[in-house]
Amino acid sequence: MARSTPERTAIRSLVWLLVIIVALIAANGASVLFNNGQWTPKLALDLEGGTQIILSPQLASGEQVDQEQLDQAVAIIRQRVDAGGVSESEINTQGGENIVVGIPGVPDPATIERIQSSAKLEFRPVLLADLASNQTLDDPSLDDSAGEEGDVGDEAEQNGTDTGAAEEPTESPTPTDASDPAWITDELQTQFNQFDCSSLDVVGANVAPVDEPLVTCEVDSSIKYILGPVEVEGESIADARSGLIASATGVTSNEWGVFIDFNGEGTAQFREVTERLVSLEGIRNQFAIVLDGRVISAPRTIAAITDGSPQISGNFTQESAQILADQLKFGALPLGFEVQSSENITATLGLSQLQSGIIAGLIGIALVIGYALIQYRALGGVIIASLIIAAIVTYLIITYLSNQQGYRLSLAGVAGLIISIGVIADSFIVYFERIRDELRDGRRLDGAVEAGWKRAFRTILISDVINFIAAVVLFVLAVGNVRGFAFTLGITTIVDLIVVALFTYPMMQLLGRTQFFGSGHPLSGLDPRALGAVYRGRAHFRQPESVSAVKRASSSREAQRRQTIAERKAAEARGEGEDAR
Amino acid sequence: MSMLTRVGNDLYTGARSFDFVGKRTLWYAIAAVVIVLAVAFTALRGGFVFGIEFRGGSEFRVTGSSAAIEGTASATAIAVDAVDEVVAGANPRVSIVGTDSVRVQTEQLTPGETDDLRAALADAYGVTLADVSSSFIGATWGADITRQALLALVVFLFFASLVMALYFRTWKMAVAAIVALFHDLIITTGVYGVLGLEITPAAVIGFLTILGYSLYDTVVVFDKVRENTSEDGAESRRTFAESVNLAVNQTLVRSINTSVVAVLPTAAILFIGSLLLGAGTLRDIALALFIGTLVGTYSSIFLAAPLYVHLRENEPEVKKQGARQKAARPESGAVR
Repeated sequence: MARSTPERTAIRSLVWLLVIIVALIAANGASVLFNNGQWTPKLALDLEGGTQIILSPQLASGEQVDQEQLDQAVAIIRQRVDAGGVSESEINTQGGENIVVGIPGVPDPATIERIQSSAKLEFRPVLLADLASNQTLDDPSLDDSAGEEGDVGDEAEQNGTDTGAAEEPTESPTPTDASDPAWITDELQTQFNQFDCSSLDVVGANVAPVDEPLVTCEVDSSIKYILGPVEVEGESIADARSGLIASATGVTSNEWGVFIDFNGEGTAQFREVTERLVSLEGIRNQFAIVLDGRVISAPRTIAAITDGSPQISGNFTQESAQILADQLKFGALPLGFEVQSSENITATLGLSQLQSGIIAGLIGIALVIGYALIQYRALGGVIIASLIIAAIVTYLIITYLSNQQGYRLSLAGVAGLIISIGVIADSFIVYFERIRDELRDGRRLDGAVEAGWKRAFRTILISDVINFIAAVVLFVLAVGNVRGFAFTLGITTIVDLIVVALFTYPMMQLLGRTQFFGSGHPLSGLDPRALGAVYRGRAHFRQPESVSAVKRASSSREAQRRQTIAERKAAEARGEGEDAR
Repeated sequence: MSMLTRVGNDLYTGARSFDFVGKRTLWYAIAAVVIVLAVAFTALRGGFVFGIEFRGGSEFRVTGSSAAIEGTASATAIAVDAVDEVVAGANPRVSIVGTDSVRVQTEQLTPGETDDLRAALADAYGVTLADVSSSFIGATWGADITRQALLALVVFLFFASLVMALYFRTWKMAVAAIVALFHDLIITTGVYGVLGLEITPAAVIGFLTILGYSLYDTVVVFDKVRENTSEDGAESRRTFAESVNLAVNQTLVRSINTSVVAVLPTAAILFIGSLLLGAGTLRDIALALFIGTLVGTYSSIFLAAPLYVHLRENEPEVKKQGARQKAARPESGAVR
């Protein structure tokens, strides 16, 4: 049977659609069962409220923040928050020194860590290391070591505010490079001997000027170090990502790490350092990776790294590696911040706005349905069914991404979804108008469904591609609310393609075979006579496929123009006869 | 069958035809006048009015208020009344922070107004003046968001033009589409400027949606133009301009149906939203969408297509098509 093939493809498409819907439901169900997910999309700050975190800068007495530093910090924090999901957070400055971060829901400690830590990364050569076991608690100076070291720094007219800022080595021989032991002056040695790793917890960020040595400890306070001046800075990082570290043999281990790509300058600096360190012996062969003044790891230099892509290991979990990679990618905050307060905040717009939006949306949809039925008669039913399928698929995708990606639906997002009704319905309208055009050219309905689809799908595809480019570019490049918009646009564009290809088209293929549509019932919306086609009755169709599109278009117009009134009436009569039979 | 279907038949066959391409000087003039008016009136009003999300503003915090414990609705009503007394039409944003504090954000107030509002809020919530603190807040839509968004737009327009130029095999369609896009954007934002409506992040999201919709609609019309003109050879009975005009006419029913379907929900949001809620996010975004959808559909037909003809008309190939035509064509039955 010639008819079975389109029917079979149509049914296959519908089955695929069903598979997609069932898969989405299953994925959602899995999130609900295993990941504390829910069956409704999570709402954004403007609709549901969330948590307001006030961050205040960690400043030494007398130090001031300037607006530029704050703006920079806001921009970096925004990128970090965005990297954690599409949550449409609100971030702004307050009172000229604080930063207020409003995020939906209740943030976990990892989120707060992601936001507040400075993430200043430095690569320094190791000059001296020792176990941090000498807890000389009887030494009174250690109890207040942070303050004292700060004083020493002030005397030396340094900008450094915290521990580890050592005095300039004025009397010892001038060090020739960063690995030169001459950096260790007597004073630095004394400071090192007295250094208490627990003091690092008291002080937020342990900083020293980049051209000075630094006394600090391993993150877990097990080892303390004297480190040389900074060789490579975090600013030279072009990109960072997390992943499982491969061992020397190329086998992927279970250890999480952060992979760094340096820019040109960083690559050159890093090559220089590793080339020098590789020739050094003992402890000075190591370089320390210092994050916010603490050593996260101090690997040995086995070979010079020339490609500018080192990896950082050091007791990472998948999550902490991801957080560090995000932080490094977006750059260090110009200041350290601490959480001043973290409180619940109610929605700025509230559910009344959402309710009105939904009511308005429903009324809008009712109007669309009414219009579709008037314009397309029974075919309007296909539009309505397609829109319902589109709504179901969109809802499931949004709920799934809300559970998985932290997507939050804001009121602007709801409005965006409502306008997408127009764009999605447009695909059906484009398609139906093409089918009608083909009918006007004298094709039978099943031929018109296929020929119209070929032309309409091109149009739908190219216009959706343009929309999708917009979504991807905006999502990748933009920050804040714009990203949320791009996300919604991308989802609806994909849903549009899925529904029109896997539902509307197969439905038309199947409906085209029914008596009601196939014979062009006046209420079907596809009545060839109403469409002005030269209808010769069901059995008397010419074969339009053999005629070129141009010729067909022009000849049908020609034929119509040349028809006498008698011929036209005869054609109509034959058509009615067909109905009656 | 509805009347539109019958019109659609005539438009398809060419029995009825609207002369979109031929009267292009008129459409250009209308577009130019509207754009000049939009820009001029906006400039006369002193530019766009940006919301506190862009400019920052003043923030007040009332602690220890019993109203905050009772619920958001009552606390909000109190704050709105208090703010209205001091600065009319300020449209404050009110939230409850923690358990017993109310946060009120307004546009930037003068020191005098700030003191007045502090007193008014303390009075309204029945707390002492010391329980109401005030501070300045920065923009939540900071310069960094704007900068990134503009960068993204430039990149998007570049890629979209490239894809269009490749797909349609002519950069002239891309140019015409982009011109129509700017026309739509200027007019939509112009409505905000002329009416002095506040531009909020929601409105900006609306503008972005319009940007996508405008291009989308133009591409749909242009795809029909491509179909028709690519079928034309040198021996075509129609001139290039007539071919394009027929394509626009043939997609006219689609354009009308699509814009109606797109406008109905936004109109519902706009009118119901404004009636029930007054100013707010919903109205901001719906207004942008309402105007933008209509202008976007209009510009694809009245601006993009004629402009495309204009750009291509002087190509030797296209010219030839027209010249042969004039000599050979008999009077057709088209009503113009």
